[in-house]
Amino acid sequence: MNVLTDNLSLFREGFIGTVELTVVSGIIAMVLGVIIAAFRVSPVPPLRVFGTAWVNILRNTPLTLLFLVAFFILPKILFPDMDSFVLGVVALGFYTSSFVAEALRSGINTVPMGQAEAARAIGMSFTQVMRVVVLPQATRAVIAPMGSIFIALTKNSAIAGGFDNVDLFNVTKTLSNDGYDITMIFVWVTLAYLIITYAINGAFRLLEHRMEVAR
Amino acid sequence: MKLRKSAATAAAIAALALTATACGGKEGSAGDKPEGPDSKDTKALSYTVKKDVSIDSSVFKDAKKRGKLVIGAKADQPYLGFQDQSTKEYSGFDIEIAKMIAADLGFSPKQIEWKTVDSGARETAVSKGDVDFMIGTYTINDERKKQIDFAGPYYHAGASLLVRKDEKDIKGPETVRGKKVCSIVGSTPLQNIKKPKYGAKVTELSKYSECVAQMLNNQVDAVTTDDAILMGYAAQNPKKLKVVGKPFSDEPYGVGLKKGDKALQKAVADAIKAHQENGDYKKAFDATIGKSGSEYKDPPAFTDPK
Repeated sequence: MNVLTDNLSLFREGFIGTVELTVVSGIIAMVLGVIIAAFRVSPVPPLRVFGTAWVNILRNTPLTLLFLVAFFILPKILFPDMDSFVLGVVALGFYTSSFVAEALRSGINTVPMGQAEAARAIGMSFTQVMRVVVLPQATRAVIAPMGSIFIALTKNSAIAGGFDNVDLFNVTKTLSNDGYDITMIFVWVTLAYLIITYAINGAFRLLEHRMEVAR
Repeated sequence: MKLRKSAATAAAIAALALTATACGGKEGSAGDKPEGPDSKDTKALSYTVKKDVSIDSSVFKDAKKRGKLVIGAKADQPYLGFQDQSTKEYSGFDIEIAKMIAADLGFSPKQIEWKTVDSGARETAVSKGDVDFMIGTYTINDERKKQIDFAGPYYHAGASLLVRKDEKDIKGPETVRGKKVCSIVGSTPLQNIKKPKYGAKVTELSKYSECVAQMLNNQVDAVTTDDAILMGYAAQNPKKLKVVGKPFSDEPYGVGLKKGDKALQKAVADAIKAHQENGDYKKAFDATIGKSGSEYKDPPAFTDPK
């Protein structure tokens, strides 16, 4: 018990760190994911190739390896003085964007072909077809898997803790090095993660209810 | 369809290329092969194994029954506790101390089973009985004493700084203000150097080897932890790295033991004392951390087990 009370400010810092990492990389993942999903279903071949390459490379590379690339290779060739938080959310956001893109693509596949064809028949451009007809319907189908992706993202953010970011994982290490009982540290850190993941869970549950339609 | 296929192939090749360069980069930093600690130096050392030892301790009795002593150690600290990844053999000062203790408990080096234990898991490993005792740059402190017992200290280390050979500004802890200093996540030296007194900007990575890699890339300016560990890294790469300044903290190293096992604690303490007196301690020192440039100090007086 005294692990928490003795180190309240450290826990708070770690909790905020994890939330920040999750939120910022979640936004990056959403934006990139939508773009890449659109690429993957677009009628332009080079865009499709780019989208496929993006998804396959990022989804199939272990996240730790992406972090190593971000921390040891990017600064060497591109950005020498990048903040570790930025590097961390880039690695996390890019990695997660591939999962978002794939979830969206599967959502797009649930929209009957006729819908897009009808939209095109009345003279809509590709962007309009996507924005007005396909994506709104696809969104409904992807809410549940999207929730899982963001919960996974929360937990993946722990890797950033090993790369110069203060988060809950980092707090665990600090306290266990101080010699506190590791079981109690884990109990509190697990609770903190549960708070975040349950909040995400609840938000998506709410979305699901909002967007529900009778089929 | 054809296009999709070739796209997939292209993606696969790109993915392979990416992972390959990633590996290449990592190996690149290790590429200029560091001069590792040589197990030849410690091969000559041997200790007389005592016979018919009997200690009124449950840990000891269990070890005797299984015919093996399980010792927790570090694997990534050259000249202290280091495992050669090709031969799987352990070497270093801590390893030698452990062998001395084992000999006095009646176990030959062949009867020792080494186990690499991560810093954060040491107390748990000892109190759960995963290891019979733990010896690996293990600083004795009060919070840890609540969970386990210590025998020692057998050595005093102190936090210090490792810098690039051409570094001129950093001469000690009082000159790191505003500089980037790296250490491992959650470690005490990190908390230390962060203090307003020193005011360094810290970088936290998972391994000392990563810190050293970042320093060689000019991303951080110094690495901090116990001098004994840093000396090992400097000795591995003498052309590029050096240790600067006087140690600025006190880290008394002890042997971590299961709480309440007074008999074993006494036996371990006696074993270390005996080997300090007969000269084995100094010989082991000279063959290990002595080689990395640490100066020999007379062994610290034991804080007697209460």
